[in-house]
Amino acid sequence: MPQVFKITKGLNINLAGKPEKLFGKSGTPELYALKPADFPGLIPRLEVKEGSMVKAGTTLFSDKSRPEICYTSPVSGTVAAINRGERRVVLEVVVKPGTTIEYESFKVDNPMTLSRAEIIKVLLKSGLWPSIRQRPYNIVANPADQPKSVFIPAFDTAPLAPDYDFIVQGSEGEFQSGIDALSRLTSGKVHVNINQNSQSTAFTQVKNAQVNYFSGPHPAGNASVHIRQIDAIGKGDIVWVVYPQDVISIGRLFSKGIYDASRLIALTGSEVLNPRYYRIITGASVKSLVDGNVQKSDHRYISGNPLTGTRVNHSGYIGFYDSQFTVIPEGRHSEFLGWALPGFNKYSFYRLFWSWLSPKREYALDTNLNGGQRAFVLTGIYEKVFPLDIYPMQLLKAIIAEDIDQMEQLGIYEIAEEDFALCEFVDASKTEMQVLVRKGMDLMKKEMS
Amino acid sequence: MKSLRKFLDRIKPNFEKGGKYQKFRSTFDAFETFLFVPDKVTTVGSHIRDSIDMKRTMTIVIISLLPCLLFGMYNAGYQHFLSTGQAITFWPVFWFGFIKVLPIIVVSYVTGLGIEFIFAQVRGHEVNEGFLVTGMLIPLVMPVDVPLWTVAISTAFAVVIGKEVFGGTGMNILNPALTARAFLFFAYPGDMTGDKVWIAGLGDGKNIIDGFSGATPLGNLATSTGNPMPHDLDAFLGFIPGSIGETSKLAILIGAAILLYSGIGSWKIILSTFAGGLLMSLIFNLAGANEYMNLPAYKHFLYGGFMFGAVFMATDPVTAAQTEKGKWIYGLLTGMLAILIRVLNPAYPEGMMLAILLMNVFAPLIDYYVLESNVKSRLKRARRAESLQGATKM
Repeated sequence: MPQVFKITKGLNINLAGKPEKLFGKSGTPELYALKPADFPGLIPRLEVKEGSMVKAGTTLFSDKSRPEICYTSPVSGTVAAINRGERRVVLEVVVKPGTTIEYESFKVDNPMTLSRAEIIKVLLKSGLWPSIRQRPYNIVANPADQPKSVFIPAFDTAPLAPDYDFIVQGSEGEFQSGIDALSRLTSGKVHVNINQNSQSTAFTQVKNAQVNYFSGPHPAGNASVHIRQIDAIGKGDIVWVVYPQDVISIGRLFSKGIYDASRLIALTGSEVLNPRYYRIITGASVKSLVDGNVQKSDHRYISGNPLTGTRVNHSGYIGFYDSQFTVIPEGRHSEFLGWALPGFNKYSFYRLFWSWLSPKREYALDTNLNGGQRAFVLTGIYEKVFPLDIYPMQLLKAIIAEDIDQMEQLGIYEIAEEDFALCEFVDASKTEMQVLVRKGMDLMKKEMS
Repeated sequence: MKSLRKFLDRIKPNFEKGGKYQKFRSTFDAFETFLFVPDKVTTVGSHIRDSIDMKRTMTIVIISLLPCLLFGMYNAGYQHFLSTGQAITFWPVFWFGFIKVLPIIVVSYVTGLGIEFIFAQVRGHEVNEGFLVTGMLIPLVMPVDVPLWTVAISTAFAVVIGKEVFGGTGMNILNPALTARAFLFFAYPGDMTGDKVWIAGLGDGKNIIDGFSGATPLGNLATSTGNPMPHDLDAFLGFIPGSIGETSKLAILIGAAILLYSGIGSWKIILSTFAGGLLMSLIFNLAGANEYMNLPAYKHFLYGGFMFGAVFMATDPVTAAQTEKGKWIYGLLTGMLAILIRVLNPAYPEGMMLAILLMNVFAPLIDYYVLESNVKSRLKRARRAESLQGATKM
């Protein structure tokens, strides 16, 4: 066994509703949608109108500031609606699928024989480019950049997370050709980062990439943690991050010449009757996935995991990047003297409730904030769940103060929103950290451009 | 409970914007959230949250202070009856102390919370829970015979000047409880120092046994009176004169255990404060020029407010160093300074309060240097990246 990077700081929250390694059958989605909000900083330029006929891989909108980046339809059919929000911001472009999927065809070849420019061109055109994200700023990568390495975080440690070993089973070839394509894009290496117990041959025997082993509690699976351990970035460095299912899609693009947006999604959470894996196409409607498979009551639907996912409505759509969908109870209840009760059933990172007597139990946490917002008071707690050499509270304060220099000095280039999710979870002051981090990164990007 | 909830829901609109009593919104809010953990759900960021909140946190700290408080009450009575030479059973002794200490607590809470409510109202904030702990700490660091009106003034000073002018709990630089004590210490030294204030009734001088001294062990040492020093076990259990909460080291250790086990207190600060105290007393032992310098380290911990300060005051997360490395330095210097002031300053037999306040002021500086080293390592990485990029371009 090669070197294992042992991550010690962190926290595994033991939630109810872990996905079984079984395939479930979901309903047929009536609608699909692509949401510009899934891509921070994107201002979309619409390329279709309501009623336009599209194929899978037809551009729905492109990036106004980087028009070469296309965002394409996951299925074929007609554009059913372009939903707008406040100030006419495009919220979602909805596609009503036809009976069979027709694909745009892209001219491809074995990525090892193609030039870097050709690979980038077809990725841009097919709509798979946005699946490549960059550090700093955690945004869609810039095709003009040459990253110093590409990171594939191939295990997920978040609560209820899907098991990528299980997901890539049977797609080993496509995963490899995806890696081949990505290996042509960087001057450095492609790093496939896996759990030390991973048995998946897709990962352990991958070629044209370096395999790195990790162990430890969440956030051991976060890209920032891997980058810090293997190829730390400083100011001016750029690395790219791609998730395994997107690698598979890229592989499929280069073997079949189509944009096949199908993927496995783990339906998880305490309110799901059969938490297991479902084969869907990116952007599918939430209804088709959850109807008939959740308890009846007031739910929070989350595209992603409970720490970092996006809140969606029952009538909404699954996010572009997500391999997990979570349903947990809403927490609209007030509790009499709740702060004073012994709390045998209350989960806490601290030993403040008697629940520490039963450390192994599974919790069905709801969305109650469990308190009111305050200024930062406790210190040293965030560091316990934050395995980067960054001072989280001080960085957040720099962001609150909009102090650009300090943000840079304290490491804003090295992080993504998800890295602060656990800090946000354990915070007694209930600070909205992930939003703050996004704000800080946006501010920094604006300042640097 | 349902009917109470219904009642609150019914009167709530009056306190909201445009309502009849909207001026009292924070006050209503404070009582409502005290009675019921609110039904607020997460809107952005993590959808699930830890069960901890500021009320729970402060409650745990108050629970950890209870052993000190209860023993402090008993000791107030015990010391009084010792001075009058009466032999009395447990409950009357405790009752005497209880009657003596309770008004101080009431004055401290009423003054402090009153001011907090007003500030929250003016600012339109929720009422901060921070004073729940401060309001308990203030009585515990006072002598039992302190006049109540001075408690009120010092509490008001601490809350307004020590905390609210900086923006409230979480923004203050100095520990509020120690600010209150320091204010009294310098403004009304007659009520805070000497050998008459530590025992209830000693100041009046009625029914006192001839030759009874109410001086604290540290006071004895500082003035070299040659009065007999207390037995170590008495000092450990707390049967010595001193501020209300500081005398029983056993009670402090119980409190420390609660703070550390729950994860609220920083073991780094507590440990390094003791290490600093130990180090400094060893240095003085080497010099050994007078009786105070020769005092063994463990006796420094047994006498005075060293342990109380190390466990409950130095660990205040807001005013201590906020970086983990900084906490080591902060604690070490606090401990060293406390002993330094005790031994070398003839005017103040006790140094813990001033040491902590001084280190509160320096804590941001310590943090600054800890952050600087982090920034430097990051800069190094940036420079390496630049040189690499330069190399590939060539």
